[in-house]
Amino acid sequence: MTGAAVDVSGLVKKFDGKTVVDHVSMRVEHGEIAGFLGPNGSGKTTTIRVMCGLLIPDGGGGTVLGYDLRQRHKIKREIGYMTQRFSLYEDLTIAENLDFVAGLYGLRPARRYVRDALADLGLTARRDQLAGTLSGGWKQRVALASCVMHNPKLLLLDEPTAGVDPKARREFWDEIHLRTENGLTVLVSTHYMDEAERCHRVNYISQGKLVASGSVAEVIAESRLTTWIVDGPHLSDAAHLLSGKPGVDEITHFGKTLHVVGRDASALERSVRAVARTTGVHAQIGDTTLEDAFISFMTNGEGGAR
Amino acid sequence: MRRFFSLRRLAALWKKEVIQMRRDKVTFAMMLGVPLMQLILFGFAINNDPTELPAALVAPTQDHYSRAIVSALELTGYYRFVYPGVSASEAERLIASGDVSFVVTIPSDFGRRVDRGDRPTLLIEADATDPAVASGAISTLGTVASEALLHEMRIASRDDANPRTHLNVIVHRRYNPDGISQYNIVPGLLGVILQMTMVMMTSMALTRETERGTMENLLAMPATAMEIMLGKVLPYLGVGAVQVIVVLGAAKLLFQIPFVGGLGLILMGVLVFVLALVLLGYSISTFARTQMQAMQLTFFYFLPSLLLSGFMFPFRGMPVWAQWIGELLPLTHFLRVIRAVMLKGSGYADVQASMLALGLFVVFFALLALARFRRTLD
Repeated sequence: MTGAAVDVSGLVKKFDGKTVVDHVSMRVEHGEIAGFLGPNGSGKTTTIRVMCGLLIPDGGGGTVLGYDLRQRHKIKREIGYMTQRFSLYEDLTIAENLDFVAGLYGLRPARRYVRDALADLGLTARRDQLAGTLSGGWKQRVALASCVMHNPKLLLLDEPTAGVDPKARREFWDEIHLRTENGLTVLVSTHYMDEAERCHRVNYISQGKLVASGSVAEVIAESRLTTWIVDGPHLSDAAHLLSGKPGVDEITHFGKTLHVVGRDASALERSVRAVARTTGVHAQIGDTTLEDAFISFMTNGEGGAR
Repeated sequence: MRRFFSLRRLAALWKKEVIQMRRDKVTFAMMLGVPLMQLILFGFAINNDPTELPAALVAPTQDHYSRAIVSALELTGYYRFVYPGVSASEAERLIASGDVSFVVTIPSDFGRRVDRGDRPTLLIEADATDPAVASGAISTLGTVASEALLHEMRIASRDDANPRTHLNVIVHRRYNPDGISQYNIVPGLLGVILQMTMVMMTSMALTRETERGTMENLLAMPATAMEIMLGKVLPYLGVGAVQVIVVLGAAKLLFQIPFVGGLGLILMGVLVFVLALVLLGYSISTFARTQMQAMQLTFFYFLPSLLLSGFMFPFRGMPVWAQWIGELLPLTHFLRVIRAVMLKGSGYADVQASMLALGLFVVFFALLALARFRRTLD
């Protein structure tokens, strides 16, 4: 297939006159894992729903797997969509749910597809358990099983690991990486920075607008932030003194260190050095993290809206 | 704060309930709408002593005696001769199809017998499938007709002497000679029971998916609106089949309701009716946002359909506007079919109009539901 797996531009979606998605353009190449990040209510879910044909955009357009966004029925056949909230039938067993899904996609023989999906995700022992009685991590596995059973070319995951314990999260991501090796393309929205760092590319959306896009290193570079790592005694005094000083945009506590982040590198250096002298803390330049970059995007986004 | 009862806690709960009640506009509308509807329906539409019932007159020789009797009967207010002067076979068809509730037959030798001083005979056939309809009209019949005849004879003979002739009125309560009300109620109950379950169950078809959050997943998968609709309603045909067996079995064994007509025709009527019901319920579920609203909309439909379909009160006894509303309810047409076939032994030709109406409901509700179905989450 030529072109990108997802290639949309200028997407606009309004609800009751409120613009939730504001001219979002995004490309996801075949075989890559694209991260979709942004604060709550920034329009991630809405954008994903537009891509999988669950919402009709008010503006813009593009293609998903080469199909125009309006060819919703064709898109639905070839993508897998995992909703944010568990949306399989809680009063059906795991096997019954999968059998239902297999039937809707016309998979034959359904029994073999179900058996393979159960085996792939280690669900065979629980096949006859009601989906409603499963814990968060298991529900997520069942949901994943149900949306990859028909071997989709593109997987859209909407906060798949929310409320799932770290071990289950890691297993989930291993599963995703395994599948991309076989050519699957994944677009995944998340709040977790460690998950964002496992993506080939990340897209950051704030207040309905796409504000950054690229590899993790590119996004960090794009933020033009300088980070100083401060440690030593009297850290809270140092933090207190630093806040509001020229060049200091953000102060974050990390255990026994402070991350002091700012855009204006020289002003930030002057402020940090001055505080280091008066309080006796030790300051050195450090790496800007993705999280620092995103928090900076978030605060700028809010500032821009006001 | 008190331990067992605190006014402040009570006030907090009270306030919360009022806010929620106000937010749910449908419920609020129901609380105002249902009593109003009941008031209007009970107050104006329902009449246990129906008047102006359609009647046919079979009178081969129309003379002044027969005219006097007919006008006297019309003056009672119970009879309205919509078919004056039809043949006996035509009259039979009219009463079988339910177009008339009465057939008044004045034999051809009626006038001669009166003039000769013999005892003339008047035959009244009443459709007694609903005994309530016929009772008032029949009870006034004998005296009214006799008086009319006597009056007419006095004029004719110009004589104050009391003529000896007495009128011999023969009343045939057709289809239900003993006036057993179960004959009317039990077949009707089949319709009401089917309606209760079919409409209520299917009215939650989509709202249940929405409320449980499974709708998003369902819509994200390749299923069409038609597939979802049929998949949702067809299982209830099986439930309906069980109910039909139970009610018809009870009708036969417990209530000894006569089964005059063909079972095949009954089952065909039931099938079309149930299809109309499940699609009506499914249509409701495309309007309601929650299961609660679906339930309320269902009751909003149940009330008029129980009162205006002819199930509880005689259809013919209602004012015309109420009859028109009744015509828009599937139950009305089903009751006509099931009562006609079970009690009167009517054939397809007699119930064709009602069958077609039921078929129209099926098509209408299916199209309505498909048009209303939201393929997206917009």
